[in-house]
Amino acid sequence: MSQPALLRLAKVSKRYGTVQANKEIDLEVHSGSIHAVLGENGAGKSTLMKLIYGVEQPDAGHIYWNGQEVHLARPSDAQALGIGMVFQHFSLFETLSVVQNVSLMIPGKPADLAQKISDLGDQFGLSVDPHAMVHRLSVGERQRVEIIRCLLLNPKLLILDEPTSVLPPQSVRRLFETLRKLQAEGMAILFISHKLDEIRELCDTASVLRSGEVTGRVDPREHDARSLAQLMIGREMPNVAHAAPRPPREERLRLNALSHPRASRFGTTLEGIDLKLRSGEIVGIAGISGNGQQELAALISGETRAQEPGMIEIMGKKVGHLGPMARRKLGFAFVPEERLGRGAVPEMSLADNSLLTAHSRNMLSRGFIRRSVERAFTRECIDAFDVRTPGPDAEAGAMSGGNLQKFILGREIMLNPDVMLVSQPTWGVDIGAATAIRRRLLDMRDQGCAILVISEEMDELFEMCSKLHVLHKGHLSSALDAAETSPQEIGRYMIGAAT
Amino acid sequence: MSGLEFLLAGTLAASLPLLLAALGEMVVEKTGLLNLGLEGMMAIGAAIAFICVYHTGSHVVGFVAAAAVSTLIAMLFAVLVIAVRANEVASGLAIGVLGLGLSALFGKTYESLTIKGLPKIDIPVLSDIPVIGPTVLTQDIVVWLAVIGTFGLWWTLNRTKLGLIIAAVGENAEAARAIGYPVVLIRLAAAAFGGAMCGVAGAYASTVYTPLWADGMIAGRGWIALALVVFGTWQTGRVAFGALLFGILSLGELTAQAIGVGLPSQVLSSLPYLVTILMLVVISRRKSGAF
Repeated sequence: MSQPALLRLAKVSKRYGTVQANKEIDLEVHSGSIHAVLGENGAGKSTLMKLIYGVEQPDAGHIYWNGQEVHLARPSDAQALGIGMVFQHFSLFETLSVVQNVSLMIPGKPADLAQKISDLGDQFGLSVDPHAMVHRLSVGERQRVEIIRCLLLNPKLLILDEPTSVLPPQSVRRLFETLRKLQAEGMAILFISHKLDEIRELCDTASVLRSGEVTGRVDPREHDARSLAQLMIGREMPNVAHAAPRPPREERLRLNALSHPRASRFGTTLEGIDLKLRSGEIVGIAGISGNGQQELAALISGETRAQEPGMIEIMGKKVGHLGPMARRKLGFAFVPEERLGRGAVPEMSLADNSLLTAHSRNMLSRGFIRRSVERAFTRECIDAFDVRTPGPDAEAGAMSGGNLQKFILGREIMLNPDVMLVSQPTWGVDIGAATAIRRRLLDMRDQGCAILVISEEMDELFEMCSKLHVLHKGHLSSALDAAETSPQEIGRYMIGAAT
Repeated sequence: MSGLEFLLAGTLAASLPLLLAALGEMVVEKTGLLNLGLEGMMAIGAAIAFICVYHTGSHVVGFVAAAAVSTLIAMLFAVLVIAVRANEVASGLAIGVLGLGLSALFGKTYESLTIKGLPKIDIPVLSDIPVIGPTVLTQDIVVWLAVIGTFGLWWTLNRTKLGLIIAAVGENAEAARAIGYPVVLIRLAAAAFGGAMCGVAGAYASTVYTPLWADGMIAGRGWIALALVVFGTWQTGRVAFGALLFGILSLGELTAQAIGVGLPSQVLSSLPYLVTILMLVVISRRKSGAF
């Protein structure tokens, strides 16, 4: 290689307590290259990016920029070199306008900045209204603002942390076009993802991380998704093929013109939502988070009461006025999207978390808790659902997202529900656990459970569901047959281009 | 002096302690902190200012000393909450009680003594305007400074980068830190500003508005100021309007007693507090209900 790499890491290590997050990582990034960092959740991708962006400092190893060794003590050091980062969870301020957000990071008069934002938008296909308030922007537009804010610092290296995880397919296309234009301008891009198809399409180099170590450096265009996945998880991909569903039977959940006004300025008003869910089927609700998903989940679970009892029917009974406990008595179970705070109490042990929804399983005796039953139930759940934890006394808040999700899902499944609502089942869950969770849900379906899944992950919905709806700005589309529709069509509904 | 003239002339002065304390707290809350100790910080400011003016005869010394001592108390709060991560509500209440206690202790020997207030300034031309000239437009220097300061604060919060940074830190401290702003420092500075404003508010109450010392003389004005921040939805103009409204109410109560309205004086004096409760109920209903 004639010229030195733009960024080079040599034997970089980082340890948090007993966890070796990064171990002797070597990495080279060249100008004009889109370099993928591939790995499961917890493989050490985020830690590595924090080291490169100066948020954290390595315990050992060296970082070179254009061949010179550098020490990045804080993000501004990295920015000064020309490293920009677009975070997975956006660091925008919702109550401020686009220009105001940008001006917090870039010096200059608002009018000049607005002009620069428009210019960059035209040049790279990142169009966004500079004077719009951020809370009114779609997720795709917010990401564009983040990217523009980085580009205004004239970076030579742009880091994107899971940039497509929140985007509808159409926006992913646009993002890729933008990134290719930036690549053509000679910029280096570090693209962090666990979506194999995207990496194969976009990137020219991939470094695969597993348990904090680089396990492979490949050209992703020369590998198929299966072999990349194998590098990533270190074993064969679990098989997800499943028996075809049997024809669904009786109706178990029904929404009748469910409407509900939003609770706050940043909430979503739900309007005229109709839905039918029958025994032995999985129905999916696609859509980008923030289009009424949380409101709808709260209404179905009973956390928010509907305005009229008849708007929601569970097992043929009008339940709109009933609370969560009464609905659970009818055979309803719920896995919320927030694991900590709704699905489980972080400060409590797993055993006590079992008690919260499974108390009817013989755990109480004259108002007293029967600890032995509680522990037995928890242990059974841990064994049956492959929850990796020291035991029933482990604190829920100390567990990884995937393990806690397996526990919560297991707890609900062990209640033998007739109807289940599962919200964002695999958010932040690694690929192995996600596959296990999906297989469990399909097993439940085959045993006759009626399951409603709210998810942002299109692949997941197509894998499990027989019917799909799309939630957009509080409106639910009519049911689409999963076998007849396509991700593109769903995508059009997601951005409101089809209704 | 007629009742109307009395209202016109006195409203600004009566509102001033509320206005200053509320604006200070507003900035504190905008950065994401909540200091419930306003009452105590005002009380200690009032006591210190009275003692200083009593001995030195200088209001400048009184105001500066009051601001300094109240800032110290506010810094105690900020260190408890930010550095030691103590509970915000408990810490605020604790320093409030501390301020009240210290004010009673220091003020013990000055009970019921009086001092001279500040003269009203006759501004040529302005004070010649009929009706409002000799009333609304004839005020002491602190009132004029406060009016200018209120506009200055509005301008800072809404038109400058500093205002933007304060809003950003309050909305999303995590993100503000990520893009490189010293969140802790900004919050410390805001807490100090809030403390200083409370000190000045207390100093005005004890050395200008009613130039005497009596234990408990702040009489709940710190709590009203706290409510005003919410009432004003964290906007300078609305907070100032709220302060004026309560200033009029508290004077109206005196006027009504003077005229001889057939209501017991206790009922009249409780009016401002009743209105506070009413407004808080209305505001919180609007927040949680549908709109």
